[in-house]
Amino acid sequence: MQPDERGYFGAYGGRYVPETLMPALEELLAAYLEAREDPQFQQQFQEYLQHYVGRPSPLYFAANLTRYAGGARIYLKREDLNHTGAHKINNTLGQALLARRMGKRRVIAETGAGQHGVATATAAALLGFSCTIFMGAEDVRRQEPNVFRMRLLGAEVVEVHAGSRTLKDAMNEAIRHWVTHVESTYYLIGSAAGPHPYPMIVRDFQAVIGRETRQQVLAATGRLPDCVVACVGGGSNALGIFSAFLADPDVRLVGVEAGGRGPRPGEHAASLSRGRPGVLHGSLSYLLQDEHGQVSPAHSVSAGLDYPGVGPELSFLKDTGRVSFTSASDAEALDAFRLLCRTEGILPALESAHAVAEAVRLAREMAPEAVLVVNLSGRGDKDMATVAREEVTTCVPRVSPAPFSGCGTGARPV
Amino acid sequence: MRDRGETGLITYVTAGWPDLEATERLVLAMAAAGADLVELGVPFSDPLADGPVIQRASQAALAQGVNLAQILALGARLRAQTDVPLVLMSYYNPILAFGPAELVAAAAQAGLDGFIIPDLPVEESGPFCALADAHGLALVPLVAPTSTPRRIAAIARHARGFIYCVSLTGVTGSTGAYSEKLAQVCHTVRAHTDLPLALGFGIGRPEQARELAPLADALVVGSALIQRIEEAGAHEAESAVQEMVLGLKSAIGKI
Repeated sequence: MQPDERGYFGAYGGRYVPETLMPALEELLAAYLEAREDPQFQQQFQEYLQHYVGRPSPLYFAANLTRYAGGARIYLKREDLNHTGAHKINNTLGQALLARRMGKRRVIAETGAGQHGVATATAAALLGFSCTIFMGAEDVRRQEPNVFRMRLLGAEVVEVHAGSRTLKDAMNEAIRHWVTHVESTYYLIGSAAGPHPYPMIVRDFQAVIGRETRQQVLAATGRLPDCVVACVGGGSNALGIFSAFLADPDVRLVGVEAGGRGPRPGEHAASLSRGRPGVLHGSLSYLLQDEHGQVSPAHSVSAGLDYPGVGPELSFLKDTGRVSFTSASDAEALDAFRLLCRTEGILPALESAHAVAEAVRLAREMAPEAVLVVNLSGRGDKDMATVAREEVTTCVPRVSPAPFSGCGTGARPV
Repeated sequence: MRDRGETGLITYVTAGWPDLEATERLVLAMAAAGADLVELGVPFSDPLADGPVIQRASQAALAQGVNLAQILALGARLRAQTDVPLVLMSYYNPILAFGPAELVAAAAQAGLDGFIIPDLPVEESGPFCALADAHGLALVPLVAPTSTPRRIAAIARHARGFIYCVSLTGVTGSTGAYSEKLAQVCHTVRAHTDLPLALGFGIGRPEQARELAPLADALVVGSALIQRIEEAGAHEAESAVQEMVLGLKSAIGKI
């Protein structure tokens, strides 16, 4: 769906930013609407997606995981196989092309897990921008390999020591920097969040995930999936895959938030499940906050989900009931991480592992002929240090591989 | 004041920092030294228009559990002791959590005069502005060096009280240069409204104040005062603030 002219999805969205930034948001909106209708821009974007990112990403039938779960056929949309290892590159290339079109020479971005920072630094290296990435000091510690990657790519990485020293504070600092350098600098937001028009732009550039998935699942199974599952931080990978199925009421859409260590404030990052509407980082949306409107610290074992807010379109889709939201805990995500490693030989990002955990739960309750798609939004190499540090909470049973019957071809498990 | 050829002085305090009693004394000291309006800053966890000085004060106030209800009570206590206009400066989320209608009613009850909400641009401020109007309170809008003439016209149309012109592209307490567009922006604002024009962000030293005074009806000083209070320590804070306000006033008083 399109937001209204004020940038609202139903009651959510808008532009809650200092006046200094409003002209820049107007300029961005005008430039984006023009680029969206420009076949040359779209063609350029498609070419980069195909030859640089490596799209389309496969839709893989996870036969072993399916057998382990013992229910619906589970397919993985392999965004982890994209260049730079996550879905983030789809959006950063799109926005970097837009920034070039707008005549900007410099891009800045916030990052949590570092995936968006790496993807931004990559697009900046490719298209010749100078690049500064803001990252919470806690995340710099958690995701050190990505910090090194960003620096190798020529980006300056600014450690943010304010507040909880995670994604929220990185975004505060990126916005403050943008306020100061707004005339020369393009702010490349990585989530389908922030002030209008960012939620719409990010979703549109990520919508390629859903368009491909729809075609692939039809080709493989001859029908639409029964259920699509994605993890939810700010919402970019979730909206990317959901957007192609919103108009199909029979396709159940499930967003999985970070349940963290428990339900108390500060222990989780489940803004849709446990927050209430508020304003942070430029838009009105579900938010983890105390009774006085102070933003609560979030927690998740995965840095990419460790954020107290969420994009406005998902808030709208929660209220309409089109997407249902649930959460997976730190421990469940870690288990799912190990499970996918053992069953399929795939290391998922800890973010994506939240979706895998829920997918296994859901698949068990579904009929064997049902089809479930998980957006595997990123790879987990960046998380190995975190996983190694965390205690093994449960033992993942070994499963023997399913007999080979083709993959990604709609094969039914035996 | 404009008729007398004077430029006024607006001062800012983070309410509840170092604590609520201290804020009360500091505001009274500012008023006694000649401040023409005082902004009561409501601390917020994510103050994205503020530089490090006000961020620090806000965090310290929040660490003591300061909230909007307490700040309204502080406003009422101040109103009983001084006639200086008092404006609440708050990010929007604490207002949203309190309830905009409830807040405006409580602020009117406490005798406050208006609001400045840095993350509520004119596109979003309609409903709040109507609430404030209904209680005779002013929602003071901000204009930035980046604001286009079309935006300035729209902002001026909805403005109440005065117009707060941001003097640089940056956050509060910036040490960067004032925007070269400043004079032009002030001129455009004047062309659209007769309301007084205040200039703020990055102003702290008397010579800066003297330089900018001709452009504005009032100057806003915030981070520099907070920093002065930090340096002075608890016992000297009031006298330090009074000295600073007197110094700024004498720099911009009569031209």
